[in-house]
Amino acid sequence: MRIKYVLSEVLVGLWRNVTMTIAMIITMAVSLTMLGASGLMYKQVGDMKDLYYKNVEVSIFLKTDVTEQQRTDLDAKLKGDPLVKEVLYVNKDEAYKTFKEMYQDAPDLVNVVKPDLLPESFRLKLVNPEQYKNIYDQYQGTEGVDVIVDQSRLLDKIFNVLTAIQNIALAAAVVMAIAALLLVANTIQVAAYSKRREVAVMKLVGASNWFIQAPFVLEAVVAGLIGSLLGLIALIGAKQLLFSGSLKALEGLLSPIQWSDIFLMFPLMAGVGGLISAATAWVTLRFYLRV
Amino acid sequence: MTKTYPKASRPSLDNVSVSIEKGEFVFFIGPSGSGKSTIIKMLLHEVAPNKGRVVVNGKDVTSMRSWKRPHFRRSIGCVFQDFRLLPNRTAYENVAFALEVIGKTKAVARRVVPEVLELVGLGGKEHRYPHELSGGEQQRVAVARAFVNRPLILLADEPTGNLDPDTSIEIMRLLDRINRTGTTVVMVTHDSNIVNQMRRRVVEIESGRIVRDQARGVYG
Repeated sequence: MRIKYVLSEVLVGLWRNVTMTIAMIITMAVSLTMLGASGLMYKQVGDMKDLYYKNVEVSIFLKTDVTEQQRTDLDAKLKGDPLVKEVLYVNKDEAYKTFKEMYQDAPDLVNVVKPDLLPESFRLKLVNPEQYKNIYDQYQGTEGVDVIVDQSRLLDKIFNVLTAIQNIALAAAVVMAIAALLLVANTIQVAAYSKRREVAVMKLVGASNWFIQAPFVLEAVVAGLIGSLLGLIALIGAKQLLFSGSLKALEGLLSPIQWSDIFLMFPLMAGVGGLISAATAWVTLRFYLRV
Repeated sequence: MTKTYPKASRPSLDNVSVSIEKGEFVFFIGPSGSGKSTIIKMLLHEVAPNKGRVVVNGKDVTSMRSWKRPHFRRSIGCVFQDFRLLPNRTAYENVAFALEVIGKTKAVARRVVPEVLELVGLGGKEHRYPHELSGGEQQRVAVARAFVNRPLILLADEPTGNLDPDTSIEIMRLLDRINRTGTTVVMVTHDSNIVNQMRRRVVEIESGRIVRDQARGVYG
């Protein structure tokens, strides 16, 4: 009977103040969507880093007038370097072949460039791609070395942008969460006010505190859970629209977002939504009802 | 015991000591602001004294933790001047509500509530709403609600304050009947008629001090 009583009180409570309930659910949903998006982004950036940095190379281009001796010395030095995982020597012909493939759409350019013009190079894979700086310092002055190019530098820029977007989403989630919190507090106050007579009688006859608080707290939790459900739907919609639609061109660059990742976000969103609502409601009641 | 409210110039209760035996019927009388209601609040563990101790049913409630309060309250029934009934529930539902929110089943309520409504003289009016009942009948519902859980103590804070003299007498007869079942009744009032008619123990308070404590006393 008590469970039934509490549940029916929850429904009545949500319905009595339905405009406020809707406002609460919407802010909660937006906040949780942002939270989910930033969580997905975090996972995504992690995946992409793994993928890209594994294939990233440092290229040491040699001067055109490099001597046989200088090249052999450098080769030996690189192979003995603990920071370097793999060394691949690319001679002029191989460089020309890659060049032709890369610019096959621009035959004029390919015609102008002769194999002699292209520098020989060493392609390095590092044990840890972030130690690029050490490699650079060590080999920049070496005789016969022209320039050292690090692909991960470019990647860092991309990842900085992605991290910035992720932080913006997180910041938006926090701001919306504060708004949602205040709405929950307000809704609970209104609900407690409209049931002040019942609450007074319950306190008087010695109803336990949890029994007095439960309908209010559950009211907030239900709103939080509905909000997180809407958030999940929003994320699914976003994946459908963006990755199957306008962002399709970027498919090669961005690793695809898995459905499983989106569904993994749901427990996080529901948990955060439910817990924050419950805590807010409970604290509000402590102050408002002094139970 | 002494109770001083914050911002008050003098204590609401100043070094008051009173002992009420089990089964007694006691009036607390005195002018408004004399500190009568503070005694009720202390017995309900709503306020705590600054100095001294409050002992109820052999238990020291002075330092009782607030989470124990609900269970403690179940041994005390309460009636007020303004009845405090729920307007959207019938007489039966008002009394049953008090049982159900402390975890009693509907079956228990179905057995006990008609009994207690009969006791307070409301047999046949179970399904009336408070606005369909007279003031005296509403107070009977309130008494039924306070008594349905068979408390050891019944606190009544000016229960006749809103009632005409005849109705007041009827409510007093009811409280007397409840007292005869062994329930201690503590009543705060400034209705001199009633005090004079009942001839029970009277404790008079003035400016926070006990000025008279008399068995079978009269008002003033």
